[in-house]
Amino acid sequence: MDFSVLTDHAGEIGSGFLVTIWTWVGGVLAGVIAGLIMAVIQLSAGPWVRGVLRCYIEVIRATPFLVQLFLLYYGGPSLGLSLSPMAAGLIGLGIYGSVYFAEIFRTGFTSIPRGQQEAAAMLGMTPWQIIWRVQIPQMLVLILPALVNFTTILGKETPVLSIITVPELTFVLTGVGAETFAYVETLLALCVGYFLLAELCSRLGQWLERRASRYLTQGVQQRRALKPRESAA
Amino acid sequence: MNQSAAKRGAGDVMLEARGMSKRFGDHTVLQDINLSIQRSEVVCLIGPSGSGKSTLLRSLAFLENYDDGEVFVEGELLGYDRASDGRRVRSRPSRLSDVRRNMGMVFQQFNLWPHLSVLENVMEALLRVRGMKRDDAHRLALATLEKVGLAEKAGAWPNRLSGGQQQRVAIARSLAMSPAIMLFDEPTSALDPELVGEVLQVMRQLAEEGMTMVVVTHEMGFAARVADRVLFLDQGHIVEQGPPTRLFRHPQSPRLAQFLGNYLERNSLFEAAPALNRVDD
Repeated sequence: MDFSVLTDHAGEIGSGFLVTIWTWVGGVLAGVIAGLIMAVIQLSAGPWVRGVLRCYIEVIRATPFLVQLFLLYYGGPSLGLSLSPMAAGLIGLGIYGSVYFAEIFRTGFTSIPRGQQEAAAMLGMTPWQIIWRVQIPQMLVLILPALVNFTTILGKETPVLSIITVPELTFVLTGVGAETFAYVETLLALCVGYFLLAELCSRLGQWLERRASRYLTQGVQQRRALKPRESAA
Repeated sequence: MNQSAAKRGAGDVMLEARGMSKRFGDHTVLQDINLSIQRSEVVCLIGPSGSGKSTLLRSLAFLENYDDGEVFVEGELLGYDRASDGRRVRSRPSRLSDVRRNMGMVFQQFNLWPHLSVLENVMEALLRVRGMKRDDAHRLALATLEKVGLAEKAGAWPNRLSGGQQQRVAIARSLAMSPAIMLFDEPTSALDPELVGEVLQVMRQLAEEGMTMVVVTHEMGFAARVADRVLFLDQGHIVEQGPPTRLFRHPQSPRLAQFLGNYLERNSLFEAAPALNRVDD
């Protein structure tokens, strides 16, 4: 095996790596924001809006990401929606991720006892204040593992963007492989690249979890039977 | 038995229900409730479980939306607005908050926020709702905690406190917003019996200071000692109401007589003294 192909194309590979990170972070951010909004709507809107949203979530969850991406990128123009590969990729990842994030947030919201909202409402807090100040700080600790887990999964969906020619890591390395016939070397490099990213994500998640449980809550910790309680300061 | 005559500003109607009804599906929980609560009046709601007393209290705060009739808080319609065509529509959250701005509520399960310290629990609404400066909110929160005897627990986490202490924090949290009316939904029902007294003591102090209070309770001793008026509910109706002396000593309706009989029988099982004197200590 000759890994010099990698050093020969280090510049391209580096930029592919950056594009992967960018699409990943962008997709997660878009998904988290959209997912949070969808979860809030699901819990507060009337039955009609809820029903429509429910259908949307089911459809997105039940169809492959690749098909959604094709529809967005190749089908978009016939609906007057012409997107660059990058834009289509980010929007696609955002849409795909949002429904999973929405479900995670929804479980989070429902895990906080309703009485706490009622107490806040009786003190005059607005619905948004209740979400930000009462519900989210508590539920973050509970749902952080699920959030980190799905963030890792979403990262491993980014190679799909190579099919619509987004110049991310898989696109670059498979290109180099085809050019130089060094398939094994480039594919191994790909594995290493994604492994590093996933590892980084999970480390970051563990760090966040420690921070969150130390600073955000005492009470939620006790409800979370899985984790031994850290000694409280 | 009580101090109603001495209380300041008696006479204003603080809270009023007119022909209020509430249904859960086919089941009517509250039927044609008419109720008027004066400033500084202490009203206790008693009745068997499932009689609708908690639902009535929650409807008076619009935590349950009543179906028919009206509820007025200091003369303002609660929970609904009149549309231009005369139909009523549910108020927006901001309007609802505005109408119940002078109303505080204390819950059976305390409902403290476990991710905030005791002090932060009390400060939160002062900062976010009243828009107070941090220093001012801090000072007021501490002073209010002092009032319920828990200033030294300001830095503690709610879950480290006993139930009685948690409920007193919840009272302080509500009290800090200087409400004119306070609603208590079975405030001592989730407490160990020996912790009930400290909470009732705080409530009694509030009553003596002239707070308008509506209290759903099973503590007949408290109702007897502190209430100006007791309402007995059964199956969604106010069956009987009046001053506690009359209601407890001379119940008119057989249902109330039976209810009180059961209560006395249960509570005098191991006690020589009548249960009604329980809060006297």
